[in-house]
Amino acid sequence: MAVKQISIFVENKEGKLVTITDSIAKANIDIRAMSVADTQDFGIFRLIVTDPEKALEALESSGCFVSITKVVGISIPDEPGSLAKIVKILARHNINIEYMYAFITVSKQNASVVLRVADNEAAEKILVENGVKLLEEKDIVEM
Amino acid sequence: MMFQKNIETMPRDQIEALQLERLKETVKYCYDNVPLYHQRLTDCGVGDGSKIKALSDIEYIPFTTKDDFRDHYPFGLMAAPMKDIVRIHASSGTTGKPTVGVYTKEDIRIWADLVARVAVAGGVTAEDVIQISFGYGLFTGALGLHYGMENIGATVIPASSGNTEKQLMMMRDYGVTGLVATPSYALYLSEAAKEAGYPLTDYKLRLGILGSEPCTPAMRSQIEANFNIRVSDNYGMTELGGPGVSGDCEARNGMHFAEDHFLPEIIDTDTGKRLGEGEVGELVITTLTRKGMPVLRYRTKDITKITYEPCSCGRTHARMAKTMGRTDDMLIIKGVNVFPTQIENILINIKDIAPHYMLVITREHYRDSLEIKVELENVELLENYQRLSDLKKHIEAKMQSILGLRTKVTLVAPKTIERFQGKAKRIVDLRNQ
Repeated sequence: MAVKQISIFVENKEGKLVTITDSIAKANIDIRAMSVADTQDFGIFRLIVTDPEKALEALESSGCFVSITKVVGISIPDEPGSLAKIVKILARHNINIEYMYAFITVSKQNASVVLRVADNEAAEKILVENGVKLLEEKDIVEM
Repeated sequence: MMFQKNIETMPRDQIEALQLERLKETVKYCYDNVPLYHQRLTDCGVGDGSKIKALSDIEYIPFTTKDDFRDHYPFGLMAAPMKDIVRIHASSGTTGKPTVGVYTKEDIRIWADLVARVAVAGGVTAEDVIQISFGYGLFTGALGLHYGMENIGATVIPASSGNTEKQLMMMRDYGVTGLVATPSYALYLSEAAKEAGYPLTDYKLRLGILGSEPCTPAMRSQIEANFNIRVSDNYGMTELGGPGVSGDCEARNGMHFAEDHFLPEIIDTDTGKRLGEGEVGELVITTLTRKGMPVLRYRTKDITKITYEPCSCGRTHARMAKTMGRTDDMLIIKGVNVFPTQIENILINIKDIAPHYMLVITREHYRDSLEIKVELENVELLENYQRLSDLKKHIEAKMQSILGLRTKVTLVAPKTIERFQGKAKRIVDLRNQ
């Protein structure tokens, strides 16, 4: 079920983000969600895109250090308290969130969130049992 | 096992007495036969050496450097007439004019003894079949080891270098028990042997006598594991006649000099002052028996230390530690001496990074700082930001504990650090800009 996330190592150097965003643009790939974790020296740029495999290829050919991993994507009502509800469910089941970030494109009623946890399947099972809607690759493309 | 046990176990006082006698002879011989030395010995007041009373008096004699070999290329330092010279060797000359070495018949005979000592200390016996995979030619390594091995009575296969498949075939078919090669070629052969698919039992290899370039402990263990052999290390250079200057024994606790033929010293690179036992500095060597091209106080540019303690193997000749770097690539950062090889040795033992690095030294507000750029190798690290920053901190902590210096480690993407075909240029010093 999980969605594919692209992680890119970014050296803190002029023009690095240009290289990355440019190669994705040239491959005609849409970015749906992104997050940047950084220190002074380097960062990790994470993306949810319409075509992860193609993005990987484009990024690698422009010399980027890239990996693809599976993360949990969920769609939740865009209203106060809904993210808190999700976090509580996971906490109750001792599932630790390593990081999470929201999608850039939101629909009228729903917001989408990416969750990175140690065990995707376990988290997904619990979320489904609690009535949370999971995102699939095709949802990403159709957004 | 020893090749010349009576010499190799000679009591210390006898070694030193012999060295003093030979030092005086060498000084006189240089004074009489080499114009450059004649001039220098006259200028420094040592003259023909008759005033030398103790080994420490050597400190009055000026050093000989690599530049002297270049400036007097090819035969300016030759001490014997060409009719007495039976062989000419030369270095590859990658850093300028080749360094030439000439040998009399007696020099060649002694050289064969020197190499035999090192090889026997490394485990070679008359029973062994030795494949010499050094490139034959002007290079001292191949013929030096060749004569040394024959001197022991071992069977020599002058394989020369190249053609990996054939090298491995010879090893299997001729029952080779000892390999002579550079550490990097030995490592390459050992990897190729794994890929070639023949079981290790098809090889009778048990020893590696490697040399002509530094071998890191990590490389050594890798070669030993791949081939299931014992590897020994030795030291020498064209300027001093080639291999056989020193070599390690079964104790693996330093390389024994042939002190009856060489007088080693350790000096402070900056001041030129002689340093004591156990102190780290530049190795300086005087040849005591060479006739074709004797050398007084040659500055090797190699950093090491010497111990005169008798070794558990029974040898009494002084030992040098594995070289810790070269003076020409030594960096002084915040007053701390740092060798790129030290950094390399730290990095090679850390997982998830490639053994490629770049050192950048800068100075801001009169304070030096050293940045070490290291290539990431393991793509899984991208999954966990914590692991990346832990890796960085781990490398910095290792550097601090071993170098005694705070450094800044920068992780960079794979294959972004330049690769070098020949001598690597891994240092960017921006302090004087």
